[in-house]
Amino acid sequence: MLEATDLAKSYGSLDAVSGISLTVRGGQIVGLLGPNGAGKTTMVSMLCGLATPDRGSVRVAGQPLSETALDAKRRVGLVPQEIALYEEMGAEANLRLMGALYGVEEPLLSKRVAAALELVGLADRARDKPAKFSGGMKRRLNIACALVHDPEVLLLDEPTVGVDPQSRNAIFENLETLRDRGKALLYTTHYMEEAERLCDHIVIVDHGRVIAADTRENLLKLGTAPAVPKGPSLESVFLKLTGRDLRDPA
Amino acid sequence: MSAFLALVRTDLRLYFSNRRALLITVAAPILIAAFFGAMMGGSPGSRPARVPLAVVDLDQSALTRRIVASMRADQSFDLRDLALPGALEQVRAGKIRGAVVFPKGFGERAPRAMSGPGDKPVIEIHVDPSQAIALALVKGLLAQHVVREVSKVAFGEGGNGFEMPFTTRQEEVTSGEAPYNGYAHSFAGMGVQFILFSGIDLGVGVLLMRRMGLWKRLRAAPVSRRLLLGSRIASGAAIAFLLMMGIYAAGIAIFHVRVEGSWPGFLLIVAAFAILTSSFGLLIASLGRTPEATRGLAILATLLLVMLGGAWVPSFVFPQWVQSATLFVPTRWAVDGLEAMTWRGLGFAAALPAVAAMLTFSVAFGAIAVACFRWEE
Repeated sequence: MLEATDLAKSYGSLDAVSGISLTVRGGQIVGLLGPNGAGKTTMVSMLCGLATPDRGSVRVAGQPLSETALDAKRRVGLVPQEIALYEEMGAEANLRLMGALYGVEEPLLSKRVAAALELVGLADRARDKPAKFSGGMKRRLNIACALVHDPEVLLLDEPTVGVDPQSRNAIFENLETLRDRGKALLYTTHYMEEAERLCDHIVIVDHGRVIAADTRENLLKLGTAPAVPKGPSLESVFLKLTGRDLRDPA
Repeated sequence: MSAFLALVRTDLRLYFSNRRALLITVAAPILIAAFFGAMMGGSPGSRPARVPLAVVDLDQSALTRRIVASMRADQSFDLRDLALPGALEQVRAGKIRGAVVFPKGFGERAPRAMSGPGDKPVIEIHVDPSQAIALALVKGLLAQHVVREVSKVAFGEGGNGFEMPFTTRQEEVTSGEAPYNGYAHSFAGMGVQFILFSGIDLGVGVLLMRRMGLWKRLRAAPVSRRLLLGSRIASGAAIAFLLMMGIYAAGIAIFHVRVEGSWPGFLLIVAAFAILTSSFGLLIASLGRTPEATRGLAILATLLLVMLGGAWVPSFVFPQWVQSATLFVPTRWAVDGLEAMTWRGLGFAAALPAVAAMLTFSVAFGAIAVACFRWEE
């Protein structure tokens, strides 16, 4: 469904991404993990057409994706890291705007808006403004905005930052529902337990390169048992692969 | 097209749904225009303010009493009889513009000085230095009253004394139908200033959208760059147009500002200025980095633009070289154009140079904005 081949992107002398390839199939959640500055957000930007790769290509359902490839972009939904909502417009109005931007027209638009709100559990707050929502509700609406045009591919850039456990669980259930519906999901996160629970396939990147890519089960086998008394966890694997040095931005 | 309309509709909805901010946006220029308009003569028929002036008659002669009476009858003065210390105190406090002091012996020496060489009495005029412009007015009017009354004494009580050998008749050159309204200038000036401030909001709004991730979300949608920027220009121009019409509606309803010239010309000028405002906002969005720093710099730039454009004081009071230089300031065309269509009462053709100039600036601003716009985060 989503295929990235040999993607590379530099900013000046900094190689943010250097030859990353990955594939996300329908009905699959792929986790993109990496420490700060590993190139995750740059990857997501290239995968949704926000940034033009210096090298390599992105294809969605076989169609090349770029900023001007509008048909291919229509197949992708982006959940940005930020809570990207119009805070002074009602939840429904936010969704209607996003639907209109993706060319969804009435009467389908109303159905899609209702379905998206229902999925994220905000149907009874449709007219309320996000300014009055809790952090978890905003995050759920943030996801709903990316779903209203019913994309085949969903890119989620750390969608659970600052969310309470109940909302996080609700978001996971939403994403699992979407996987069951055959959507292709790419999920970036810092939280290893999220990746362990959700992702079928995990790609670990560091310094703009893929350092490991495999199924969750196979990656867990890389964990060093003596250092982890309770058995290998994705976090121990992650730290083993990326090191324990702090990655504060310069 | 539906995406374009949805974006424009969203911007309008967000702007006009904040009623408190909207009220301030419209009320502020009206209040300040009302103040400046009153300073510049107010509505037709409003009487000019009298010059508050003290007169200190140390002579108390028949002649000085007649001069004082003559001055008191003059509508230009708000005359107050005071002793010298009190008069000086009030000048120092800024409560009166000046104090005229007739010296002892004035009534005796002045008529003699008129008919031949000799010792001329000195009338002291104590003035507030911050009101220097009033000195010329006081001196001129004082000369008129003194010469008339002194000449009556010098050349015989039976005569009328020296009078001005001419009179003047004022004819206001406007549309020929309505007299000058001081509010017409102030509403043009303050309207231009505050609408440009709304342009800053537009530009800073884009920077805030970047910070919030909304711009990323819009850019990820299947819409072109042209549509994204075009919708911002369209919504910004629509907001500016509606705000300007609201400000002028108050000017027309409350302060009797009238479009004495061409209504189509007036609307065209407002529309061109609205487009100019919007492209100015886009320029701010493309050159700015953070909302906070950009807002400060943009306000400074706007204030310079409106000051040089004659929004605060009419451009004819500028030195000649500044008047020539400000032809390259877009706000000058906006203010002059609005004045041409209101109190000057000029026709549609007079609107076209201003419209052409503002649209040219808009294209230039827009081109720079598009060239400098940072698309990638």
